[in-house]
Amino acid sequence: MSLVLDVFSIAAICAGAFFFLAGTAGLLRFPDALTRLHALTKADNLGLGLVVLGLLPRAGGVLPALKLIAIWLLVLLASAIVSQLIGRAARRESRLQ
Amino acid sequence: MSWTLALEAGLAALVLGVAVWTLSVRQTFAAVVAFVVYGLALTLVWVRLSALDVALTEAAIGSGLTGVLLLGAAARLRATEADAVAERPGAGVRAAAAALAALVALALAAALLYLPEPAHTLAPAAMAELPATGMRNAVTGVLMAYRAADTLLEKVVVLISLIGVWSLAQDKLWGGRPGLLHHADPDGALAFLARRLPPVGIVAGIYIAWLGADQPGGAFPGGTIIAAMWLLAMMAGVTDAPPISRRWLRLVLVAGPAVFLAVGFSGFFTAGAFLAYPVAYAKALIVVIEVGMVLTIAATLGLLMAGPPERSDKP
Amino acid sequence: MTSVTLFGLLGALLVGLGLFGLLVHPHPLRKILSFNLLGGGVFLFFGVVARRGAGAGLGGDPVPQALVITGLVVAFAATALAVVLLLRLFQESGSATLRTDAPAGKDAGGAADH
Repeated sequence: MSLVLDVFSIAAICAGAFFFLAGTAGLLRFPDALTRLHALTKADNLGLGLVVLGLLPRAGGVLPALKLIAIWLLVLLASAIVSQLIGRAARRESRLQ
Repeated sequence: MSWTLALEAGLAALVLGVAVWTLSVRQTFAAVVAFVVYGLALTLVWVRLSALDVALTEAAIGSGLTGVLLLGAAARLRATEADAVAERPGAGVRAAAAALAALVALALAAALLYLPEPAHTLAPAAMAELPATGMRNAVTGVLMAYRAADTLLEKVVVLISLIGVWSLAQDKLWGGRPGLLHHADPDGALAFLARRLPPVGIVAGIYIAWLGADQPGGAFPGGTIIAAMWLLAMMAGVTDAPPISRRWLRLVLVAGPAVFLAVGFSGFFTAGAFLAYPVAYAKALIVVIEVGMVLTIAATLGLLMAGPPERSDKP
Repeated sequence: MTSVTLFGLLGALLVGLGLFGLLVHPHPLRKILSFNLLGGGVFLFFGVVARRGAGAGLGGDPVPQALVITGLVVAFAATALAVVLLLRLFQESGSATLRTDAPAGKDAGGAADH
C-alpha cells in the first residue's frame, strides 16, 4: 500500500514539475505580457495542484493535508487576481503605444 | 557528489544568477523584480539550512515587504534614471571596486574554511534550558527568553525608524495621513481581493504567531502577514491610512515595547532580574509579550510601508 | 565540498557582489538594492555558522538563527528609512543624485523652510 502511495506521489510531483517547466519555458519564450500570463497560469493551477496532490499522502494527517490544499487555493486566488491586474495594465500600455 | 548536493549546487547557482541579474539589468524596476526573486530563492536556501523560522521571516519581510517598498520607490523615481546613466563611473573606478569586492569575498571564504572544527555551538545549552521557558521551539526560546533584551531593543529600533520616516514629512503636513489616497474600481479584481483575503490572512497570521511556541513560526512572520493584509486593504482603497496624530494609533504602536518593558520590570520582583520569568508563569508571560508584539509589528511595518504623511488631516 | 561549505561560499560571493553594486551604481535606489543583496549574503553566512552548530536534536544552533531574524527585521526598517529619505530628496531637489555639485532645487535659498 505504501509503495503504491509512494509511486503515486512521485508520479504526481513529476507531472507537476513538468507543468512548472512548461510554464517557465512559456514565460521566457512568449512574445508579450498577455501570452506570458497565459503560460504562467499553467504553472500555478496545474503545476502546484499536482505537486500538492502528490504531497497529500505524505502529509501525515487530515489537518496538514487540509492546510496543503488551503495553500493551493490561496495561490490560485492570488495568481488569478494578479493576472487580471497585470493583464489590464498590459492592455492599457499597449493601447497607449 | 550526492543528489541532494547536486540540487543544492543548482539552487546556489540560481541565487547567484539572480543576484548578478539584479546588479546588471538596466531598468531599476526590473532590478527590483529580480531582487524579489532573489529573496524567494534565498528562502529555499534557508530551508536547506534547516532554519525554518528564518525562511518564513525572509519570505515575508526580506522578499515580500522589502520588494513592495522598493517597487513603489522605483515607480516614483522612474524620471531620475536617465540622469543616473550619465553618472556611471569609469573603467578605473569599476576595476578598483571589483578588486575590493573580490578581496572581501575572498576574506570571507577564507574565514569560512578556517572555521573551527568541531563547531562551537550553543544548541545543547539552549535545549537544556528550554523546558523551563515553556517553549518547544528553540529559536522562539532564544528570541523571547534567552535574548529577550535583544528583541525588546529591536522593537524599539523599528519604532524609532518609523518616527524617522514620519519626521521626513513637510512641516505643514505633520499629523496627516500617510501616502496618497488609493482609488481602485470597487467592482474590480483588487477590491475583490482586498475584501476576501484579509480575514483569511489575519487568521493565518495569528495562527503562525501562536504556533511559534512549538513549531517554526513566531510573532515576526505572523505580524508581517497581518501588516500585509492591512497594506492590501489600503492599496485597494477599501480602507484609508489613519492620520498619524490619532491617539489610538500611537497607543497600538507603543503597546508592544510597553508590554515588553512592563513584563521586564516585573521580573525584578518575581524572579530577581530584568526580563527574568518565574518558571511557573514563563509561557503565560511570553504569550502576553507576543500579543503586544504581533499588534505592534503589524502596525509598525504597515506604517513603515505607507510612508510619511502626504495629506493634511485638517479640512 | 559539503552543502554547508557550498552555501557559505555562496554567502561570501553575494557579499562581494553586493559590495560591487553598492560602489558602482550611481542611482541611490540601486545602491539600496545592492545593500540588501549584501545583507542577504551576510545573513546566509550566519545561517551557515548556525547549521554547523547542529546538535542536541536541533538542525542548527538556534542563537545565530534568532540573530538573523532580528537582523532581517532591522534591515527592513533601515531600508524603509533610506527609501523615504531618497524620495524626500527627490521631492525637494527634483533629482535623485548624490553628487555634491548638483544644482540645488526649489529650496536653494531657504534652508529653514522644509
